[in-house]
Amino acid sequence: MKVLVAVKRVIDPNVKVRVKADESGVETANVKMAMNPFDEIGVEEAIRMREAGTADEVVAVSIGAQQVQETIRTALAMGADRGIHVNTDETIQPLAAAKLLKAVIEKEQPQVVILGKQAVDDDAGQTGQMLAALLGWSQATFASKIALGDGEAEVTREIDGGLEVIKAKLPMVVTTDLRLNEPRYASLPNIMKAKKKPIEEMTPADLGVDPAPRLTLVKVVEPPKRHAGIIVETVAELVDKLKNEAKVI
Amino acid sequence: MTMELGEDYPEIREAVARICENFPGEYWRRLDAESAYPDEFVATLTREGWLAALIPAEFGGSGLPLRAAAVILETIHASGCNAGACHAQMYVMGTLLRHGSKSQKERYLPAIAAGDLRLQAFGVTEPSTGSDTTQIKTRAVRDGDHFIVDGQKLWTSRALQSDLMLLLARTTPADEITKRGNGLTVFLVDLTEAVGKGLEIRPIDAMINHNTTEIFMDQLKIPADSVVGEEGNGFWHILDGMNAERILIAAEALGDARWFTAKAASYATEREVFGRPIGANQGIQFPIARAHAETEAADLMARKAAALFDAGKHCGAEANMAKMLASEAAWHAGDSCFQTFGGFAFAREYDIERKWRETRLFQTAPISTNMILAYIGQHVLGIPRSY
Repeated sequence: MKVLVAVKRVIDPNVKVRVKADESGVETANVKMAMNPFDEIGVEEAIRMREAGTADEVVAVSIGAQQVQETIRTALAMGADRGIHVNTDETIQPLAAAKLLKAVIEKEQPQVVILGKQAVDDDAGQTGQMLAALLGWSQATFASKIALGDGEAEVTREIDGGLEVIKAKLPMVVTTDLRLNEPRYASLPNIMKAKKKPIEEMTPADLGVDPAPRLTLVKVVEPPKRHAGIIVETVAELVDKLKNEAKVI
Repeated sequence: MTMELGEDYPEIREAVARICENFPGEYWRRLDAESAYPDEFVATLTREGWLAALIPAEFGGSGLPLRAAAVILETIHASGCNAGACHAQMYVMGTLLRHGSKSQKERYLPAIAAGDLRLQAFGVTEPSTGSDTTQIKTRAVRDGDHFIVDGQKLWTSRALQSDLMLLLARTTPADEITKRGNGLTVFLVDLTEAVGKGLEIRPIDAMINHNTTEIFMDQLKIPADSVVGEEGNGFWHILDGMNAERILIAAEALGDARWFTAKAASYATEREVFGRPIGANQGIQFPIARAHAETEAADLMARKAAALFDAGKHCGAEANMAKMLASEAAWHAGDSCFQTFGGFAFAREYDIERKWRETRLFQTAPISTNMILAYIGQHVLGIPRSY
């Protein structure tokens, strides 16, 4: 069985993000990039499936400019078998990502497709659901446990106030939640091996998909700065301020 | 001469930095307070193959050039961690690799690569000889299938955390040798066998947490097949390893310098006093900028030294100069970082005072700045010997 994992290159979560002066987006020039942490969890899960013998091949797919090959290489260094790079300089929105992934999936015919529940750059959290809808496949989002069975999978989902266990037929789209697993490091021997693993390149045109954005980004702004606090003299003053200024009681 | 800047190994930097993220300042501060060894950090680096980077693939390592090892150590230090606990494994192994017998290599290298055996300790320096290595007094006398060793070593780091120790001892008395440097032999000592049977290790309470020790040998009996390379040529065997060590130490100092500069630049930009960022004052900004320029210059020399080493060419002068320049760049970067942070630099939670103590070592060990200057004066410039 083949597992396909989508990996997105995002600004490293440890980097302090800066908004561009013209509010058209965030600074990405000379900023450290990394694999979206939820996608890393996805790669880890796919590799575990192969190690457990339930999967026999793990394919990592990424969409974007030439540099996303570094992110694919990271997935290969973790243990994915081969990579697919959909090369485009276009800004990719969730619907375009879902369409491109659908086209790749139709070629590759995996039984399980794993995505992060969201990418930490735009926090859209839509691609997995859109992809499942476009494919007409089962979907299990926010997974914290995946148990593959014969032609079906039992997935534990993290929902408000608890867990929900669902069972659905394969093929299936799964999106990962934080507690699904703890991704491994890319070891030195595996980094060396990854250099020799193949990455197939294709374009949106090859896949017959127009990736042009459908939504217009109006502007990106910094969150309001936190102001310094004040020290109140008495409890009565505190109550007064909570009631009349903050209006919380 | 044409020279490449050297491979930059971005994927190695990224992967090593990733590991270091899980060993933040508080981890090192706790070890520092307890004078403890970073077991978990070293175990992780070993498990993920990093300490076997230089071991050839046929013995279970990755067979990478010294430049790659330099990148690994630079990244560890630039991430706020310290590789002192395990770097010796990288260059000590080199002596075994280049001069060890086939059976020694087959017996030890795969186990070292797998992390089952730790070769961290390198017993060379003695209390009475210091940098005058050719005059060491520890004596090894042949006795049938064995050698009997008597003597003392100082500043042998990680002896308590190591299974094996490379030991330099005199096998021909100093007054019987024909050439300065001859008459010394390298031994691979199995510490697990030797401790308590003629070998005693005492930890030294030092300014930095480097797990350093002194070693006493009294009628220590070691098998004759523990000789590495040729008997009497030990000094020459370890020289190569010393160049590798200097290049790797330069890389660690460069990492420290980059950590200090990044930390100082970020704080100088964010910290506002008198209504503007303190970095807007040239008195704060320029020392940081100068330290960066010194770091970049030292980096070029370190890359040159590594390129020569990896090409199998003489690199004594370059390795020495790289170590000196990098250690000084790190010291200046540390000082400017200290000054930028004002009183906060003294608070342990900022890690600046720890890194500052740690990076001071590099001007002293593994060779002092004066010895490097003496080398450059005498051997590069042809000026009469000064000592």
